[in-house]
Amino acid sequence: MENTVRILIAKPGLDGHDRGAKYIARALRDAGYEVIYSGIRQTPEAIVEMAIQEDVQFVGLSLLSGAHMALFPRVVDLLREHDAGDIVVFGGGIIPGPDVYELQEAGVRAVFPPGTPIKKVIDFIEATRQELPAL
Amino acid sequence: MSLSNERSRWEREVVQPVVRRHPERRDGRLETASGVPLERVYLPPEGADGAAYRESLGFPGEYPFTRGVQPTMYRGRYWTMRQYAGFGTARETNERFRYLLDEGQTGLSVAFDLPTQIGYDSDHGLALGEVGKVGVAIDSLADMEVLFDRIPLDRVSTSMTINAPAAVLLAMYTVVAEKQGVSRDSLRGTIQNDILKEYIARGTYIFPPEPSMRLVTNTFRFCAEELPRWNSISISGYHIREAGATAVQELAFTLADAIAYVEAALSAGLDIDAFAGRLSFFFSAGSDLLEEVAKFRAARRMWARIMKERFGSDSPRSQALRFHAQTSGAALTAQQPDNNVVRVTLHALAAVLGGAQSLHTNSRDEALSLPTEESVRIALRTQQIIALESGVANTVDPLAGSWAVEALTDELESRAREYLERIDREGGMVAAIGRGTPQRDIEDAAYRYQREIEDHDRLVVGVNCHEGIGDSCIDVMGFRQDVHDAQVSRVEGVREERDGAAAASTLAALRDAARDPDADLMEPIVEAVRAYATLGEICGALRDEFGEYRQHTVV
Amino acid sequence: MTGGEDGALGEIVDGVRRRRPRAIGRAISIVEAGGPRRDTLMDLIDGTPPPVVGLTGPPGAGKSTLIAALVSAAREAGKRVAVLAVDPSSPFSGGALLGDRLRMTRHSGDTEVFIRSMATRGHGGGLSAAALEATAILGAAGFDTVFVESVGVGQSEVGIMSIADLVLVVLNPGTGDEIQTLKAGVMEIGDVYIINKADLAGADDLERALRHAQLVIPGTEHRAEICRTVAADGTGVPELYAATGDLLARLDEDGALDRRRRVRVTAAWEQLAGDLLRQWLRERGGVPPAGRVRFGELRDRLWALMDEVLGDTGTGGET
Repeated sequence: MENTVRILIAKPGLDGHDRGAKYIARALRDAGYEVIYSGIRQTPEAIVEMAIQEDVQFVGLSLLSGAHMALFPRVVDLLREHDAGDIVVFGGGIIPGPDVYELQEAGVRAVFPPGTPIKKVIDFIEATRQELPAL
Repeated sequence: MSLSNERSRWEREVVQPVVRRHPERRDGRLETASGVPLERVYLPPEGADGAAYRESLGFPGEYPFTRGVQPTMYRGRYWTMRQYAGFGTARETNERFRYLLDEGQTGLSVAFDLPTQIGYDSDHGLALGEVGKVGVAIDSLADMEVLFDRIPLDRVSTSMTINAPAAVLLAMYTVVAEKQGVSRDSLRGTIQNDILKEYIARGTYIFPPEPSMRLVTNTFRFCAEELPRWNSISISGYHIREAGATAVQELAFTLADAIAYVEAALSAGLDIDAFAGRLSFFFSAGSDLLEEVAKFRAARRMWARIMKERFGSDSPRSQALRFHAQTSGAALTAQQPDNNVVRVTLHALAAVLGGAQSLHTNSRDEALSLPTEESVRIALRTQQIIALESGVANTVDPLAGSWAVEALTDELESRAREYLERIDREGGMVAAIGRGTPQRDIEDAAYRYQREIEDHDRLVVGVNCHEGIGDSCIDVMGFRQDVHDAQVSRVEGVREERDGAAAASTLAALRDAARDPDADLMEPIVEAVRAYATLGEICGALRDEFGEYRQHTVV
Repeated sequence: MTGGEDGALGEIVDGVRRRRPRAIGRAISIVEAGGPRRDTLMDLIDGTPPPVVGLTGPPGAGKSTLIAALVSAAREAGKRVAVLAVDPSSPFSGGALLGDRLRMTRHSGDTEVFIRSMATRGHGGGLSAAALEATAILGAAGFDTVFVESVGVGQSEVGIMSIADLVLVVLNPGTGDEIQTLKAGVMEIGDVYIINKADLAGADDLERALRHAQLVIPGTEHRAEICRTVAADGTGVPELYAATGDLLARLDEDGALDRRRRVRVTAAWEQLAGDLLRQWLRERGGVPPAGRVRFGELRDRLWALMDEVLGDTGTGGET
């Protein structure tokens, strides 16, 4: 039971299409992780507050409206400001290729396009958790 | 009466009056490619059980409308090809509209950005990054005037995908028409105005259910009295389906929503036939062609029966379920996006074989980004090819009598009825949504579907099979940052230039009306719009009075 | 926050006392993970839990929404409030989906409110052992009240008593809840029975059934209280909040709260002693060769040892 991985699946921005976010949340639960789901329409500030209170190791952001360039890097920056820069941020949604590169530059560790098999997300989490400090 | 006698009666009493007013079209030949003439409608062979036929299928344009809501369907006129468009500023969208009208599109369909859909002005903090993204940003009447600049509102029909603030956008549209010198009774179009599916599936709600339903019934009354050719609601299964519902759930939950609206309007004192004829529907068209066709046919039959048996309406206009269809976005794939052109063709064909009144075909890059102009054109061409080349529009309800399709139609109806019965036991759709049961059904279905794809129990070309060819690269329209700044300075300008005292007093009047549960909200909203109160101010006033809805279902 | 074990823990404890959310969050994770670091942390924290109000009831009864409303009431009274929302871990995957806090988003941005979701991680009681320690951490972080929401199915509601000073049982009209819950034995644990969604049909029937059952506050001779609320719009919540405060004060005067705390500490000691014995036996490879210690002798020596170790810690000690 030690070092159970906790993950926040969050929906920043205003879009209400949470089918993907809910799928990821459930699938990660079934893969043995503890998943907190934020609900829709969360501000970056609220997401960071949740991530810290819940002490998650990962924050997965899902957004389909196209506001990712404004909102994803903001989450990364706010985490760093709150002494939580070790929390790994990844994202998913409709994100054009050039934006993916820029998001990664901004500190988003991975970006998963629509239709990514859950296995890929799990592989990413398992590979990345090795770098994380033990509790 | 034998079927052939029935047919003569139908031709005489139903078809002829319609054909006299709207002759069948002459542009396409009403025969097959090799010259075999096509009958208007094909019937079971002589000697078949006429009573059973009339009971379950009937003639096109007659109860129970299984075969279509008009007697001649596409032989009279094709469906309306209505591509959803809207992005950036009102000016840019106006240009796209005029391009589409020039390209032969016959109706406008406005997509609004998320801040507009949730009742925030572009300079609101929560609008950051969202302005002009998934649709056009409309902050005040000034934007609406630009949006319809040089588009004569008495000659187009306009569909607006707007829900929580639908009353406000409808008010803006009528005031723009007024300024164009167009009378209210010549306005044609639709507001989506379907708040219940926002709670279930789409998420752009503002207020709690009770005041939201009041706004809906207020718009029903306004349309019944002022805009006789306007569809006051588009009861939408589309988003329910997109959220992961099965076809059966889409059918059941959409009709359950419709029942809830009718009940709300009746208890607000409206007469059933004063508004029911202006209810319209909106369904998804997915890849499973036979099931989709059966779904559309079952929807018509179920609604006709609901109107007759449950609400006691004998008016064919109230009984006939008219619907817009959009091809499924969820069925499109980011992998090998050109394959989506083929998928959209299947979806569109299902909608046409199912008797849609209007159709939006998605662009192949829908799963990636806002569609490019080229993709939008291919999508429109898809509809035109089905209309002009496929021949399926030349006889009414061509799949009727297929044992498979008829059996599926019956089965979908019976499965959807089980859901409706459960919802009745739960105290109606508003109560069921409160308990979260439809939401849970949809989430479970969505999860199952995705798991099946992951486990290869369901095959999707390019996603979990035949993926070897590699993704084709398509030109994706980038997202732009300038729209936000332009829109912010625009709304600030409007607030500066208008008569501030007049705007404030209309907003105060709106608050007063909101506090009185029996007061009408439409006229105060129209007055506020006319005084250039912004969307955010109008919705803000209502937020103060009504409170805000919060999501409460868990995955 | 890693490295030099006690140093890092000291830093976390210091952060908890300074009410830093990051440190509070980490500290709760450490007690959730268990093991020696947990014990060291708890010794360093040395906190006393504030009054803990537990809510239980069937799924969908509106517990989270009600907590969100109670938090608003507490905030209006100027209190700093924490919430622990406990959901079950999946028995199959060990994972959990924690969604309660999405009904509490109205408090986001309020730095005086701390919300933490916890999974049961295999504890049948419906509440993880860590939850009790988490309340102590939250006490050390200066929260005035902790609301705990626990899964309300079957016997697990009873687990709420192992952490809460006051137990609120949340029910809905018209759902047959009364019968279900009466069967499940929940009716022996509540101090307050709440008819939530009281605007629905059947509220009167439910109230009648509850009154008819003549429910008693556990460990006292007082009648349990019955309240009506509509959590979604706040109806009845200020009254419920006030009643909760009054009842806590009354039970405190009565000595009932102290008795309950002692029961909890006793249970925690039992748990600890059992765990230690099991661990000792595991690490030593089972019992020593037979015949070395007779049962009577073992009993006497353990007894003396317990007197020596535990005898002067008094009964008011905290976990």
